[in-house]
Amino acid sequence: MSAETIEKVIDTKPAEGLLSKRRKKLVTDPLIDDNPITIQVLGICSALAVTTQMKPTLVMAISVIFVIALSNVVISLMRNTIPSRVRIIVQLAVVATLVTLVSELLKAFSYDMYKELSVFIGLIITNCIVMGRLEAFALGNKPYDSLLDGLGSALGYSWIILAVAFFRELLGSGSVFGYPVYANISSLIGDDFKLATNGLMVSPVGAFIILGLIVWVQRTKTGYVEH
Amino acid sequence: MQQSNTYVIVFSAVLTVVLGLLLSGSAQFLAPWQQEAIALDKKKQILGAVISGEELDAMTPEQINEFYGANISATVVDINGQEVTDQGVTAEKVEVAKFYKKPAEERQYPVYIYHEAGDPSSVKSYVFPVYGAGLWDAIWGYVALDTDMNTIGGITLAHAGETPGLGARITEPGVQARYVGKKIFDEKGELVAVEMKKGEGKDYSDNPHEVDGMSGATITANGVNAMISNYLQHYNAYIKSKSTAQAVAGL
Repeated sequence: MSAETIEKVIDTKPAEGLLSKRRKKLVTDPLIDDNPITIQVLGICSALAVTTQMKPTLVMAISVIFVIALSNVVISLMRNTIPSRVRIIVQLAVVATLVTLVSELLKAFSYDMYKELSVFIGLIITNCIVMGRLEAFALGNKPYDSLLDGLGSALGYSWIILAVAFFRELLGSGSVFGYPVYANISSLIGDDFKLATNGLMVSPVGAFIILGLIVWVQRTKTGYVEH
Repeated sequence: MQQSNTYVIVFSAVLTVVLGLLLSGSAQFLAPWQQEAIALDKKKQILGAVISGEELDAMTPEQINEFYGANISATVVDINGQEVTDQGVTAEKVEVAKFYKKPAEERQYPVYIYHEAGDPSSVKSYVFPVYGAGLWDAIWGYVALDTDMNTIGGITLAHAGETPGLGARITEPGVQARYVGKKIFDEKGELVAVEMKKGEGKDYSDNPHEVDGMSGATITANGVNAMISNYLQHYNAYIKSKSTAQAVAGL
């Protein structure tokens, strides 16, 4: 996913050092080394709630990418006019507007997804990653940098929830993106053979376990220790 | 200057107006698509009570509209089972949720009739909308009765805000399939409806009026029970009139 984004940037604006080392780091850092979920431990609530299946998770990921990237740009454009005393409310208003837009769009063009994700789309407003990036980055940086930063964080969030959803759907429902993997494997081996699904994975507990394992693997590899 | 009270107030006011306009504008703009999506969803729920979920999933929105048009006719009845023939009253327009707030005697009750394609006289089943309260918010559904006006041929259940993984499971095909083949009248002809029991994993196949419950969602299940029982009661006059008509036709 990261490679794709970088490529797009190269395509549109090749000159001006728009992809300097610093800017690349803005996008790539949150993917692994400073991942919003596994390192900063933000946005856990929705990571637990929507990840029982890949399809709604993908829709959720796209919505979050849209909201974070756009709110970062908007706040960054307004950063010199926002009175600091009401900045949190201003951020919230912008984020809430974008989230409502996403929700309305889903309602119009993907009603089934709208029903399935229901309250969790609205809860993007309270996703700490969004406000966190606005407060920590967009308020003090230019729009283009803020866009890259937002994309980075959102993609970092997205690949983690997609990974969690992959394992939860595979182990819990025996399928991937609705494709019945377990049933196919079972029928290959024999009539009496049946792979059993794990009900635990369908409940939020399963997400905790998968997420814990991902954090464990990652921290073993990177050697990251919390201070 | 930026930090003066006047600046803060003006800034907030302008921001509010701009965002407000943006939102109301988009809501206006998207409304036609949204209404279409909601209407299609309703058709899917009605059809879900009479045909299998897999068949329904395989259909495109156009096919669903076409199938619905060819196979479903509708009527509106009152509490006494009499057809409501007032000007402009059609089943699709009757909002069950709105009438839910009125006393049972004053409500209009839509009935959807599932028949052979293009032939409204060869009825396959009757679909009755039901509405009630779950644990957190409204729940609703469609109950299909076979032409004996006693056996449940299928059911769809939906909810506005039940707990995911618990009460929200009423939308799962596996839960809804538990109702298929159950009877709503006992041997004496009394309406007993079908009750979802507390607890899960028991076998109720020898009891025609009980179905297995949902673990951890007893209050939602109670809501479903009340909803089905209440509305079948309201439709009772209509159901009775149809079942005697069937009996006479059978002679």
